Amino acid sequence: MTLELVDIHKHFGAVRANDGVSFSVEAGELHGLLGENGAGKSTLMNVVSGFIEADSGKVILDGEVLDLRSPADAIAAGIGMLHQDPLVFLPFTVLDNFLLGSPGPERIDRKAGAAELERMSGELGFTFDPDQQARLLTVGERQQLQITRLLWLGAKVLILDEPTTGISATQREQLFFVLKQLADEGLIVLFVSHKLEEVEELCDSVTVMRAGRVVGEATMPVPPSELVAMMFGKVIEAPQRPKPVVGPPVLELTALDVTKGTADLTGFSLTVAAGEVIGLAGLEGSGQRAFLDALAGLVAPDGGTVVLDGSDVTKLSYRQHLAAGVHYLPAGRLEEGLVEGLTIEEHVALTAKEQPFFIDWGEAESEADSAIDDYRIKGTPESTAESLSGGNQQRLLLAMMPADVDLLLMEHPTRGLDLESAEYVWTKILERRDDGTCILFASADLDELLIYSDRILVFFSGRVIKVLDAATADGEELGYLIGGRERS
Amino acid sequence: MTTRTWGSVAVPTVASVGAAFALSALLLWLVGAPPLEAAKLILQGAFGSADKTANTLLAWTPLVLASAGLVVTFAAGMWNIGVEGQIIMGAIFATFAAREIPGPAWVVVTATLIAGAIGGALWALLVGLLRTKGNVNEIFGGLGLDFVAFGLATYLIIGPWSRQGIASTSGTDIFREEAWLPTITLFGASMPVLAVAMAIAATVVVYYLLRGTRLGLRLKTVGKSPRSAYLLGIPNDAYILYAFAIGGALAGIAGTVQATGFHHKLVPAVSGNYGFLGILVVLLAGFSAKWIDPIALFFIAVAAGSTQLDLRLDLDSAFGDVLLTVTVLFVLFGTAIAAQKRRRRATMGAEP
Repeated sequence: MTLELVDIHKHFGAVRANDGVSFSVEAGELHGLLGENGAGKSTLMNVVSGFIEADSGKVILDGEVLDLRSPADAIAAGIGMLHQDPLVFLPFTVLDNFLLGSPGPERIDRKAGAAELERMSGELGFTFDPDQQARLLTVGERQQLQITRLLWLGAKVLILDEPTTGISATQREQLFFVLKQLADEGLIVLFVSHKLEEVEELCDSVTVMRAGRVVGEATMPVPPSELVAMMFGKVIEAPQRPKPVVGPPVLELTALDVTKGTADLTGFSLTVAAGEVIGLAGLEGSGQRAFLDALAGLVAPDGGTVVLDGSDVTKLSYRQHLAAGVHYLPAGRLEEGLVEGLTIEEHVALTAKEQPFFIDWGEAESEADSAIDDYRIKGTPESTAESLSGGNQQRLLLAMMPADVDLLLMEHPTRGLDLESAEYVWTKILERRDDGTCILFASADLDELLIYSDRILVFFSGRVIKVLDAATADGEELGYLIGGRERS
Repeated sequence: MTTRTWGSVAVPTVASVGAAFALSALLLWLVGAPPLEAAKLILQGAFGSADKTANTLLAWTPLVLASAGLVVTFAAGMWNIGVEGQIIMGAIFATFAAREIPGPAWVVVTATLIAGAIGGALWALLVGLLRTKGNVNEIFGGLGLDFVAFGLATYLIIGPWSRQGIASTSGTDIFREEAWLPTITLFGASMPVLAVAMAIAATVVVYYLLRGTRLGLRLKTVGKSPRSAYLLGIPNDAYILYAFAIGGALAGIAGTVQATGFHHKLVPAVSGNYGFLGILVVLLAGFSAKWIDPIALFFIAVAAGSTQLDLRLDLDSAFGDVLLTVTVLFVLFGTAIAAQKRRRRATMGAEP
């Protein structure tokens, strides 16, 4: 039995989420699908499991071309998908969740179902109380329930999308053991992840995706630096640039503890000077976001102090952080920054320095016009935020930034932008740096990190494992560190 | 590059209203009634004489006031189902002022209007506080408080404010005439000029509040994207409360008009369902204050005029309700489809 994906295309407007993806997986193989967030892995797996229809291309299982129009079609064909967030109905019992979607007569035979559940879960080494509420299960147990259910429904292909997020170490071991067992029994297991070490530990072979395409395939074991190079692309050497003019310290972190979300920082100290640029490197979800959230005042640190311009802001609210000169631009431009349905003019009015009760729309329009000119936004004052392209949304966000920012926090400032747009955005950010703003930005782009940072904090599983001097670091070293190890 | 155009909203609305009228005409024709004759009768029933016009206008004002308030709460993203209770609370507060405050007409009338606005605003703030502090969805909180307000009005009418010797749900004693909302005699009928002026003023104020002030812009920001609003430093909860206070005050004035202008007393059903009807008006108006006045007039005219159908064409007067409901459903359906098409065009480029 072979699962073949042939030339799968899926476009969302101008975004080519899948741009001619082809690869095949043999039965009995534990196959990894590796790639950064946004590489197109989830889109591809949603196509294979019938959640979305591809624009073109074929899914072939066991020599038969499948017509997948819904998840029901996929499971009928033997393809089962375990989503990152297991699709469990929380108010239902374990048994009802197990029986959901199973074929059979209208009347449900719960007794027979419970027997089936016990038999299946026994084979897999899981234990369930059939009458327990699903909401009381841990994420790991929900996963186990879904795996049991999918196999009971006859899945010959099991797809797991980032299955280790949010489960305990023991559950992870148990999961890996079961997956290996299933592969040995002749199932096709597709393990989707952006975590290098898991793919290394588990998979027999791996396909790497980047920007909607397959960029490499390999049979394990492969040195991680090779996988990193495939995931992130070729790293050009950073051009020489003058040493930063180091101003007085602006941000002082002392013995900071942040353990919310994906972060696991304890006793972290760092001093950042005015005009310094700090890059936050790491695989997606390694704690960068939670660290930025803590610096912005969106989550309270668990311990330690944050001093900004000599005053302690550790316990202040987000709005007090704004008043203290912090500005935060998270990755979700249209969800966490701009307002869908409002125009450029309205955004400019919303963030104008002076805020009198009545709005002078003539003035707002001319302000919008000058923002459009200054930041080269392709749009008119009447253009709504959602009608702008990603690059223009980012420029509008920069145009909305107040004049006096001491600490600028950004997440993926140029994600999804073309090269010219990205460079322009950085020109504008560096103007702020030259004015003495201290800048921290998270990025998944090694080039961007090496070119624009003065220092790079490398995050791995929630912790900062290394602080690199960007002037002496190179892409290879960074690649190793992102994967969680030192260059040997 | 798309910009919001007038046509993108108006075309589907006009088309849907046309379709609704066509379907209503077809229904009339099927039951053997001449559609044009029916339309004429409805118009005559609503505006056939100076008295009828005065009554239509008096019914129109609370609907416009409630609708204007709903435009504000909708702008902040809130479904103010509690508007009925806010109308009743406004009427209760106005009744208190009408009963207790002595003095000449202008003093009492001003006092009833202010009291009504305060009553409505306080009742709405309660919904807002439940929502912002207690995390109770405003639909459920509002609906609950609607029943409480109705119960309170009934209790007051048969209890503390019952008529001398009789405790009946037919209402309190008639207010003394100084407390009646003043009218002006025009064409031989008592025209509710003050009420109409307040309704028009409310429409204009709400329109400019949302169009030309920071408060309005921030309300819209909170309504459209609470997360972005928060990150922009806008205190979401405060603006939700402002919206409820404004919307509730306008509903309270609607209740005052009902009590002091129409019934001249407090009755349990003082709201006249104008709150719920207002939600339909605002939905039909596309959540903008711009068109609520004519739409509300259409609603009231159909409701008032369709009694004529009963008398003259031997049709049940419920036909008016059928016409209104069909219109609203058609417009919602039509604009939803247009919006879906628009969204599909606009979000091309975003992952699901």
